[in-house]
Amino acid sequence: MNLLILALVSPLAGFVINGMFGKKLPKTFVGTLASGAILLSFVASVLLFGQLRSNPQPIVANLYTFLNTGDFKVDFSFMADRLTSVMMLVITGVGFLIHLYSVSYMHDDKGFYKFFAYLNLFIFNMLVLVAGSNFLMLFFGWEGVGLCSYLLIGFWYNNTEYGKAARKAFIMNRIGDLGLLIALFLIVINFHSLDYKTVFTAVVEDSSKQGLLNIICIMLFIGAMGKSAQIPLYTWLPDAMAGPTPVSALIHAATMVTAGIYLVVRCQSMYYFAPIARELVLWIGLATSIFAAIIGLKQNDIKKVLAYSTVSQLGLMFVALGCMAYSAAMFHVITHAFFKALLFLGSGSVIHAMGGEQDIRKMGGLRKAMPITYFTFLIGTLAICGFPLLSGFFSKDEILASAFKYNKVVWFLSLGSAMITSVYMLRLLWVTFFGKFRGTHEQEHHLHESPSLMTIPLIVLAVLSILGGLINLPPILSEGIAHGLKYWLEKTVTENPVIAETDLSHSTEYLLAGAAFVVFILAFLYTRSKYITKNTVPESDEEMKGAGLVIANKMYVDEAYDAAFVKPVADTGSLMNSVDGLLNKVFAWCAGVIKYLGDLNKKLQNGNVEYYLIYMVIAVIGLLVFNFYHK
Amino acid sequence: MGLLLLIIIPIIAGIFSGFLKSSASRYLAVAGSIAALVINLVLAVKFNPNGGMQFVWDKVWFSQAVHFTAGVDGISFAMLLLTNGLIPLIILSQWNKTEEYSGLFYGLIAIMQGALNGVFVAMDGMMFYIFWELALIPIYFICSLWGSGDKYRINLKLFIYTFLGSLFMLASLIYLYLKTGGTSFSFKALVEVQLNTVEKTWVGLGILLAFAIKIPLFPFHNWQPDAYTHAPAAGSMLLSGIMLKMGLYGLIRWYIPIAPESLATFSPIIIILALVGILYGGFIAIVQKDLKRLIAYSSLSHVGLIAAGIITLRQDALQGAVFQMVSHGVNVVGMFMVADVIEQRAKTRDITMLGGIAKQAHWFTIAFFIIVLGTMAVPFTNGFPGELLLLRGVFNYNTLVGVLAGLTIILCAVYMLRAFQHTMLGEAKGGIYLFADLKWNEALAFGALIVLIIWNGFAPQWLFDLTNSSVKNLLDILHKTMGGVA
Repeated sequence: MNLLILALVSPLAGFVINGMFGKKLPKTFVGTLASGAILLSFVASVLLFGQLRSNPQPIVANLYTFLNTGDFKVDFSFMADRLTSVMMLVITGVGFLIHLYSVSYMHDDKGFYKFFAYLNLFIFNMLVLVAGSNFLMLFFGWEGVGLCSYLLIGFWYNNTEYGKAARKAFIMNRIGDLGLLIALFLIVINFHSLDYKTVFTAVVEDSSKQGLLNIICIMLFIGAMGKSAQIPLYTWLPDAMAGPTPVSALIHAATMVTAGIYLVVRCQSMYYFAPIARELVLWIGLATSIFAAIIGLKQNDIKKVLAYSTVSQLGLMFVALGCMAYSAAMFHVITHAFFKALLFLGSGSVIHAMGGEQDIRKMGGLRKAMPITYFTFLIGTLAICGFPLLSGFFSKDEILASAFKYNKVVWFLSLGSAMITSVYMLRLLWVTFFGKFRGTHEQEHHLHESPSLMTIPLIVLAVLSILGGLINLPPILSEGIAHGLKYWLEKTVTENPVIAETDLSHSTEYLLAGAAFVVFILAFLYTRSKYITKNTVPESDEEMKGAGLVIANKMYVDEAYDAAFVKPVADTGSLMNSVDGLLNKVFAWCAGVIKYLGDLNKKLQNGNVEYYLIYMVIAVIGLLVFNFYHK
Repeated sequence: MGLLLLIIIPIIAGIFSGFLKSSASRYLAVAGSIAALVINLVLAVKFNPNGGMQFVWDKVWFSQAVHFTAGVDGISFAMLLLTNGLIPLIILSQWNKTEEYSGLFYGLIAIMQGALNGVFVAMDGMMFYIFWELALIPIYFICSLWGSGDKYRINLKLFIYTFLGSLFMLASLIYLYLKTGGTSFSFKALVEVQLNTVEKTWVGLGILLAFAIKIPLFPFHNWQPDAYTHAPAAGSMLLSGIMLKMGLYGLIRWYIPIAPESLATFSPIIIILALVGILYGGFIAIVQKDLKRLIAYSSLSHVGLIAAGIITLRQDALQGAVFQMVSHGVNVVGMFMVADVIEQRAKTRDITMLGGIAKQAHWFTIAFFIIVLGTMAVPFTNGFPGELLLLRGVFNYNTLVGVLAGLTIILCAVYMLRAFQHTMLGEAKGGIYLFADLKWNEALAFGALIVLIIWNGFAPQWLFDLTNSSVKNLLDILHKTMGGVA
């Protein structure tokens, strides 16, 4: 319990100290403090992991009653079970490496201390998200990471475009958050609690509420769509690349965007009884995976390619969730965290060397000038493409195998998505690191390998990208120690229903792995002939036409959203503003009528006695006439 | 006795401060204001949240029927804390404007504080009405003497509007009084009056109108945007931070217990109007350029949700409503302080002309951002717990209304972040100006608000404990009178 609190408090303390005093502290101190805080948190997470290894019972830290009114009672409390501890290791481990990298990457930035304060705050919120013991704590972390994401995307706030990207991210996430909030309400209304254990136990004991659970799970998934950038709420993630590159690596690749996956895995006992919601998760994930991969084919901004790749990979994880292959999804979360963080940090190293240039058409041949960056980037690319025996190979095959078991069509389409992934990633690799340098002379002169504070994290992540598969090897390779992660997670939450699984025969497994490898080889041969043998450079923006142009312009989804949502909202605002003006006029008119009546009355009382006499005579006659007829 | 002091000390200090022509007279006003805060805190130590009406001070006032009856339960105590906590901060934030403001200005604020305390402790119908109107007088002068633009017309509108509503309430109160046999205006007597359905409906409507205008509910909000925009900073803060809570408080304390039978007729209407207000205010706020107008419409949106939550008559929603009344007070006062700081330095409130302030004013940026977070109800700020309970209550009442009301969390993010970005980030659009960071008094005022925002965000339970049994009592009475209908 103390370890859990330590893991949480340490980044928070880092945020408070750097946030309040960082401006006056030396940069070395700020950087060391921030990284040290995460390292401490990582050590605590490792120790926690060790505790859970010997005893799978969740470690609970109940701090105080957050609120208690009517039938709404929520504790401010944390809980680390095996699922949480895996997430904590990824968050703090990868987080620490990215902190180290940032110390060098952000060194010349004026907002150095602010950057690290935000980064620490992010880690804190992310840990709250995964270590909360109830849905409200999850929501706290959920909104908290969204806020940090906003702050870090718009970190260079002098640039209005960056500010807009940050706002877009926050608002799109809030749309998802509303879904999550509604799910929370439905849960508290129907289960009278937000505590995971209580709710999940109730779900499993009374499985008659399928309709309700389907709705709750769909609402939860809407939340996940926002955070994990799935169709239709994915467009913020590519724009989020406005943030400094370490932010893209940490928040928009390795950790925050996987919160949606975590949410579904956490709620698997609900999804178990919600087949419609699961189907939705599956198909949205699959559609996103393919759609984003296709857009990735034509992007020329090194970070944008990686961003669409992230969206696509997250889609693949949701495919696994839709097939109820929870451990496969978590496996891919972990390996993806390694190789995608590696790729982003590698791209940061490239951008650094190129003096801020991000367009791959102006790069080329970088492998000579920056061998470490090149070599690690190569490993990252091979890992994401599923090159045999690298981490991505195992985790992707796990997903493909579960898709195969579930539905052959899903398997085939996922394989297609994997193939496109290999194409755009290899394209990125060839165009950036091979061929001739296409930038300016000054840039060429300036090219250099990054300092060791940046390359060491790259090397560590490269090693992890190679070996990451070991945590969950398939049975065909390793009877006995196979599926380490899967067995670890199965003991996570005892409330979860046991999913009966049939193992694929060994020959089928070999066949599937073989198919994936063939797909990779095809992509390799195609891109190699195009970008190496023929030495093609992606066409400039003016030369694009037809389908290529549509894809390069991200299928015009942003424009469609502008027309369908953004503008109508502003128009509604303007319209209502006019209505309000009109309403004002109506009331002013009412006042005018009263004033007019008053003026009429004023004329009667003009102080002239003769007039008063006339009124009197008229009144007397009137009374007489009235009296006469009344009888 | 303590409650009596809460009312008369600031009023007397205010009157003297107004009449004395010395430049030091404002110290008198602020002393009165702070004295009330201290008394309030002393009372807080003795207060027992489960003890029902407390510190009751009951004396015959100007007839046997009209008593001066003061008493507090958890709900009114929360309002007292809000009033006496915020007003010294409002004065503090305006402390550097000595050339502009005389002792009269600060004196009027102090009188306002006394009158508001009177409203929140009154347990006699006529006394409630008297303080209700008394509170209007100082704010009228504050806005007329120190306001800007077309201030006389706008303040006349404010005055007539709210006064009109009050007259309907007075009529209802007198009718009830006559039905007691002309014996008493006391809260208890008025609640116990037996009326037939038609009478209840009309009496309820009269009371409701006064509150609907004060809150304000759509479409009675007409006075609000203009009044907030053209009032001096302190006036906007008093109006939005505390005065409109009179209407919400009135709903809980007077309308619901007196005319519960009329709720069957009116509650769907109130909920719909509140919902319209939530969306209407939110959408309009998105297109505002004047920062103060933007805050006014945002406020319309936020109080709509509170009103809707109250009418659901649920324990958690009502407690959430009181919590949110306090939080909204803190946040909206903060927002108007922000607008004031910007207007003083940049000489404009047009957000399309501003920008780039963040580079120049570090602490101000942090303060503004935290207040924005509170307003957007981000977790770990004071805006969150109340909004959570209110939305949940409304969602429980009707799923569709709940979902539509939930859109507020998106709309609010849109207009608040837009306002923040346009004013603080990017580059200065309206030419280059020097923007000085916070002065000591502003820093203190913002600091206090931020402490409240974060404290109530992390540990809101103290405020729920405060209101728990009072809300329960209210609902018990309601269930009894309605014979188990609700």
